[in-house]
Amino acid sequence: MLEGFAASMSSLIDTTENPRVLKLKDAPIKNKVGVVTGGGSGHKPAFIGYIGKNLCDAVAVGEIFSSPPAQMFYDAFKAADAGSGVACLYGNYAGDNMNVAMAIEMAKDDGIVVKTVVANDDVPSAPKDRRENRRGVAGEVLMWKVGGARAAMGGSLDEVINAAQKAIDNTRSVGIGLSPCTIPEVGHPNFQIEAGKMEVGIGHHGEPGMEVADLEPARKMAQRMIDIIIPDLPFVEKDDVVVLISGLGSTPPSELFIFFNDVKRILDEKKISVFKSYIGNYFTSLEMCGITLTMMKVDDELKKCIAYPCESWGLTQF
Amino acid sequence: MDDSFTNTNGVSIIFKMIKDIQDNKQYLSDIDGQIGDGDHGINMNKGFTLCEEKLKEAPVNLSEGLKILSNILMMKIGGSMGPLYGLFFKAMAKESEGKEVINADVFQTMLVAIPVELSKVSKATPGDKTLMDCLIPAVAAYQEAIATGESFKSALMKMKNAAVAGRDSTKDMISKVGRSSRLGERSIGVIDAGSASCCIIFCAIADAIFELLN
Repeated sequence: MLEGFAASMSSLIDTTENPRVLKLKDAPIKNKVGVVTGGGSGHKPAFIGYIGKNLCDAVAVGEIFSSPPAQMFYDAFKAADAGSGVACLYGNYAGDNMNVAMAIEMAKDDGIVVKTVVANDDVPSAPKDRRENRRGVAGEVLMWKVGGARAAMGGSLDEVINAAQKAIDNTRSVGIGLSPCTIPEVGHPNFQIEAGKMEVGIGHHGEPGMEVADLEPARKMAQRMIDIIIPDLPFVEKDDVVVLISGLGSTPPSELFIFFNDVKRILDEKKISVFKSYIGNYFTSLEMCGITLTMMKVDDELKKCIAYPCESWGLTQF
Repeated sequence: MDDSFTNTNGVSIIFKMIKDIQDNKQYLSDIDGQIGDGDHGINMNKGFTLCEEKLKEAPVNLSEGLKILSNILMMKIGGSMGPLYGLFFKAMAKESEGKEVINADVFQTMLVAIPVELSKVSKATPGDKTLMDCLIPAVAAYQEAIATGESFKSALMKMKNAAVAGRDSTKDMISKVGRSSRLGERSIGVIDAGSASCCIIFCAIADAIFELLN
């Protein structure tokens, strides 16, 4: 899989000595903070699809749904560091936290300065007063977009980290699953969603959500999901937001636009204006059917970062 | 000699762990599948089998073998189990290094070092439904037996029993750490996969040492 990806993206992406670490061809880029991420596989375009110009410089690729080991994160740090430091922007999972922490210790011995932002945008995964326990989900894409842009604009390591942290602090996500997914090596799904039902608040690995409800039309799902994330930040009248809607793997992309139309209508009613929308398969879970809704409240700095051009397999804008 | 074994002969402990993990690959994945993503057996088997291949290249003693196992788990196996078991065996390797003879006291220092090392990356404590529920009581039972003057063998037996009881105790717990913690009360009724693999490891260690002491 990785070889095929690297071959098809050879004008932009290079392999490294570690077969499980890919990097931007130009990386490490002189005088630029290196942006690194990594995580378990099965989430295409995440994570390797966001290696690109003004996005991530290097990515560590784990097994399906399993954090890459420390060595891979460390090798990714080395591939991205040009001496200006590395911003490691990743999602809040026990394995990733441990492996990144160990990789940072290894990098210290080489004099590579690594700082982190840990995405925790998934609202249903823990109550608001335990936000530090929440998972990182599709909001990570916006965190990479902002962090990558801020680094490309010449930001220092602290500026990149602060921008990426601000991005994730202003981002909230929720997912709904309609059918399960199967880790190929396991061979059968390890959770079930009954026909006619949906798992509200499902995680990116099929983690159960807040409730199992009867299947609903898109407009009701949109209302339900907005009702979960809007009060949590909260998003209020006159806010400018970025909306990211991602299919979970087997949702027909056309349905994502039906869903966005309903989201947009509700936001219009609330006088929340959509600064930019990303609709597509941005962060999937193997062949799961379902959808995630992510909203980020943006100020001038975040708007500038979001509007900045970028080029990668998962996200390209001019 | 029924109260110690040599570091050289002690490498049999590693082969016993490898075999028991391989034999329990499906079992570990099945338990993990009930509240996790069902790949625990696959990942553990991968790490221990890679170690087996490495050990075939050149003979090593117990300390060297533990170091190899630790490095493979930390460098090649990701997830949470790679770093946790990597540090687990690193601690044992470090405390046995340079000791030609492993007796009850040396083994105790090897055991006690494990939770200290793990606390560097994990905040989990007993009751969280993790491998700590097997590890902490197993180490404590061994220490207590030695403190009250019991033999090496007897202390190992206590350690083994405590590991099994610790593993089983996770069944009624609500998961508080790791991916299954998102399940809340839905995690009750299933034993934790990490505590199950930890129990397999403690039993393998005890059984291999019994052989060495006989």
